[in-house]
Amino acid sequence: MEEHHCCFYSKMLSKFSFGSFLIILSLFLMFRLLYVLYRCGKPFPKGASTSFSTLIVLGSGGHTAEMLSLLSVLRMDRYTPRFYIAAATDNMSLHKARSFEDSLAHKPSAVKESSLQYAQIYRSREVGQSYVTSVWTTLVAIVHALWLMIRIRPQVILCNGPGTCIPLCGIAFLFKVLGIRWSSIFYVESVARVKKLSLSGLLLYKLRMADQFFVQWPHLQKQYPRAHYVGCLM
Amino acid sequence: MENDGKRRLVFVTVGTTSFDALVKAVVSQNVKDELHKRGYTHLLIQMGRGTYSPTKCDGEDGSLSVDYFTFSSSIADYIRSASLVISHAGSGSIFETLKLGKPLIVVVNEDLMDNHQCELAEELEERKHLYCARPLTLHQTLMKMELESLVRYTPGDGTPVAKIIDRFLGFPDD
Repeated sequence: MEEHHCCFYSKMLSKFSFGSFLIILSLFLMFRLLYVLYRCGKPFPKGASTSFSTLIVLGSGGHTAEMLSLLSVLRMDRYTPRFYIAAATDNMSLHKARSFEDSLAHKPSAVKESSLQYAQIYRSREVGQSYVTSVWTTLVAIVHALWLMIRIRPQVILCNGPGTCIPLCGIAFLFKVLGIRWSSIFYVESVARVKKLSLSGLLLYKLRMADQFFVQWPHLQKQYPRAHYVGCLM
Repeated sequence: MENDGKRRLVFVTVGTTSFDALVKAVVSQNVKDELHKRGYTHLLIQMGRGTYSPTKCDGEDGSLSVDYFTFSSSIADYIRSASLVISHAGSGSIFETLKLGKPLIVVVNEDLMDNHQCELAEELEERKHLYCARPLTLHQTLMKMELESLVRYTPGDGTPVAKIIDRFLGFPDD
């Protein structure tokens, strides 16, 4: 009889502790989420760090050209080490990034080859792919993005669309909430967007995932007041 | 403007995809006639993955010479040697041409699903940096085109973005 009681209590206890564990966990996550939303977009104190590990998400064609235009005016010694990611179907962008890095190699601020990395990422859906198969490919893409982000854990993310940057930014946001890594996301909407944001831009703006959001045409700044209008990158 | 024996090239580019409607439009007789009338001597088409191949013509009888190829890694060199560029609406080609200071007609592909590309071409046309057309209106655009009224584009750069990012991360201004 006593044994039975004992068993009963330990079951109760484990049930209770599991339940309270869940409650504490969700309270913690809720608190973290609120904290992250509050902290996002708040600038760092002066001299916070001398350099940040930086993830650069390359779009394709025009997007990549705009990103390289931005990189060419950034003080690259402050954004080291650097990781470049492009879509698996886009062979040109990483090639362009490599030649950009080669052009920096002669400068005094040049970094060691080992602090530069290049990777390609699966896209969740190719143009014209059916929605049924895209469930599977989206899953693969997310797992792949997660794997890359666990390896990289960047402090700064530079992106300018298109969709390739969304899973990466989503995971970065999750890392912030879980306290794995704090990263600052900078999103520059493409110069091709004059009157309407792209879907990626809209998501990052509305969900407040981007710490700083830039647009290249004045009309967009009026519609999205938290964005900075910075003129054309090209 | 009459041809004074110099080579004056019209370079047409469709980018990395295909845009047969543009290729068909530029080799239509009335467009070729208009180009010839304006003193252009050569028409060179980068046709990408398109399936429509125009008829080549060496132009020895004094007419407009027509030639084409699919892809090239040195599009910039063709733009540099051109007197007029007719391009698809991709931002890469548009700004590459504008930065080289070449007169530009952008032809918007109406078959694209998400057609945000015309936004950029129309905005830049409003600012008189280029002409914007559709495949079917290319001839009309050529007829009304006045190259003198185009305004040279002043390229921008990423300095304002870099400044804000640097400040955000706590770096001092240099």
